[in-house]
Amino acid sequence: MSPYDAVIGPFAEFEFMRRALAGSIALSLGAGPLGVFLMLRRMSLVGDAMAHAILPGAATAYLLTGLSLGWMTVGGLAAGLAVALLAGAVARTTALEEDASLAAFYLLSLALGVTLVSVRGSSIDLLHVLFGSVLALDDATLLLLAGISSVTVLALAVLFRPLVMESVDPGFLRSVSRMGGPTHLAFLGLVVLNLVAGFHALGTLLAVGIMMLPAIAARFWAKDLTALIGIATGIGIGSSVAGLLLSYHAGLPSGPAIILTAGGAYAASLLFGTERGWLTRLLPRRHLEA
Amino acid sequence: MAAIRFNDLTLGYDRRPVVHHLQGEVRPGALLAVVGPNGAGKSTLLKGIAGAIEPLSGSVGLDRGATRIAYLPQAADVDRRFPISVLDLVSMGLWRRTGWLGGVGRKDRDAIEHAIAAVGLTGFEDRPIGALSGGQMQRALFARLLLQDAKVILLDEPLTAIDAKTAADLLDLVRRWNAEERTVVAVLHDFEIVKAVFPETLLVAREAIAWGPTADVLTPENLLKARRMIEAPDPAAADCRRAA
Repeated sequence: MSPYDAVIGPFAEFEFMRRALAGSIALSLGAGPLGVFLMLRRMSLVGDAMAHAILPGAATAYLLTGLSLGWMTVGGLAAGLAVALLAGAVARTTALEEDASLAAFYLLSLALGVTLVSVRGSSIDLLHVLFGSVLALDDATLLLLAGISSVTVLALAVLFRPLVMESVDPGFLRSVSRMGGPTHLAFLGLVVLNLVAGFHALGTLLAVGIMMLPAIAARFWAKDLTALIGIATGIGIGSSVAGLLLSYHAGLPSGPAIILTAGGAYAASLLFGTERGWLTRLLPRRHLEA
Repeated sequence: MAAIRFNDLTLGYDRRPVVHHLQGEVRPGALLAVVGPNGAGKSTLLKGIAGAIEPLSGSVGLDRGATRIAYLPQAADVDRRFPISVLDLVSMGLWRRTGWLGGVGRKDRDAIEHAIAAVGLTGFEDRPIGALSGGQMQRALFARLLLQDAKVILLDEPLTAIDAKTAADLLDLVRRWNAEERTVVAVLHDFEIVKAVFPETLLVAREAIAWGPTADVLTPENLLKARRMIEAPDPAAADCRRAA
C-alpha cells in the first residue's frame, strides 16, 4: 500500500470520510481548549458526568420525535444545562460540595433516561445515541458541528481572561468584578454545547473522550497555558485523522477508533512526554544552576 | 468624610453573629491594625468591608472615592498549580482598566514591571507561580495590590509564615501606601509590628473591645478582656446546666 493509499486515498475517494474528517476536526477545535480548562480546574470527571446527563434528554427527544437532529440537540442541551445549574445551585446553597451534588443529579438523570427508554420498550436504535455516527454526518449535522465549534472558539476568546482568573484565584475575581459566577456558568454551558456536538458524531459515551484525552496528554508536553491549548487541539485533530484511517483500514467502528487513537496519544505522552513523562524521568539530568 | 463607616454592623454566618454591633469610622489615609484572639472575627470583619459577605444587620458605609477596595484574603486561595507566570498573576491587578478584552499596552507593561520591581521580584516574571516560595508568592500578591491602585487596602494576616526580610519589605510597601494617603486596614498577630508601624489599632473579640491609638489599645487589661470574651462559656449553655 503506497503512502497515498494509506493516508490520502480514503478521504479523496469517499465523501463520507471527508465529512467525518471535517466534523471531527470541528469538534477537536472547540473541545480541545475546553478540555484543558476542565483538567486544570480539576473538573475532568465533571465532563464525564455532564456527558451522562445529556443522554436522557437526547433519548427522550428521540422517543418523542424520532431521529431529529434539532430536537435531540435541544433535549441534550436542556438536560445537560439543567443538571449543571441544579448541581451549582445545590452546591452554593447547601453543605454539599459541587462534585457530590453533580454526582447525585447525573445519576438521577441517567436512571430517568434509561427508565424512559425501557418503558417505551421498543427496538429503537440506541446505538446511534450511545456511539454516534461519524460516518453518516449529513449537511445539517455538519453545519451544527461547525457552528458549535465557531461559537465555542469565539466565546472562549471573550471569556479567556475572566476564566483564567476564576480558575487561578476566584476570590480575587469576586473582589474586583461580579463576572465570576456568569463566567463559570458560561463555561459549563460551552462544555454542554460541545458534548452535545460530540454526541452527534461520537455518541454520549465517547463525546467526553475527544475533550479530555487530548488535554490530559498535552499536560506531558507543556507548562504554559497557551501551549497546552495548542497541543491539546493538535492531538485532537491528529487523533481524528489517525482514528478515521484506522477505522477505514482495519474495519473498526470509527467513533471508538478516534477515542482509542487519542488514548494511544495519552499513553505515548505518559511514557515519552518531556514534562515529567515516565521515561524522561529515568534519563539522568543535571540540575540547573541555582 | 470617613473612608469606612460601621453603622451598628453585625456580621456572621448562618444567622450566628461573629462580630456584633460595631460602630465607628476609619478616616481616609488611616493605618489601622486589627488585632484579637483567634476566632474573634477579624477576618470576618475584613470580608464584611470588602463586600464578600452580607451584614446580618447594620451596614458598612464606604466613601465614594473608597469604593475601589483592594482585598488580600488570608493565604489567598490561589491555585498555585495553574500554569501561569508571575507576570500574568500580577497583571490581574489591572482588571479594572483592561476588563475582558482590553489590551495591555506599553504603559501597562511599564506599570507591571514597576510593581514587580517594587516587591523585589524582578527576574522572576516568567517563572510559573507554582515555582514560587511562600514569601515570593506573597510578594507577587502585593505587586498585584500595587497595580490595583485602590484607595482602601485590606490585608488579612499578610505576614503569616513570612520570613523577617520579606516581612520588612512588605511593611515598607504598607508605609508607602500610608504616605500616599491610602487607607490600610490590616489583620495582624505580631504586636511588635503593630506597635512599630500602625498608629491606630482596633482590638476585636466578637465586639470592639478597644479602638484608638495603638499604645492605649494594647494594654494588658484590654487584652485580658478580649481573651475572656472569647473563652467565656455561652450564657445559654450555663443556664441549661443550672436548669438540670
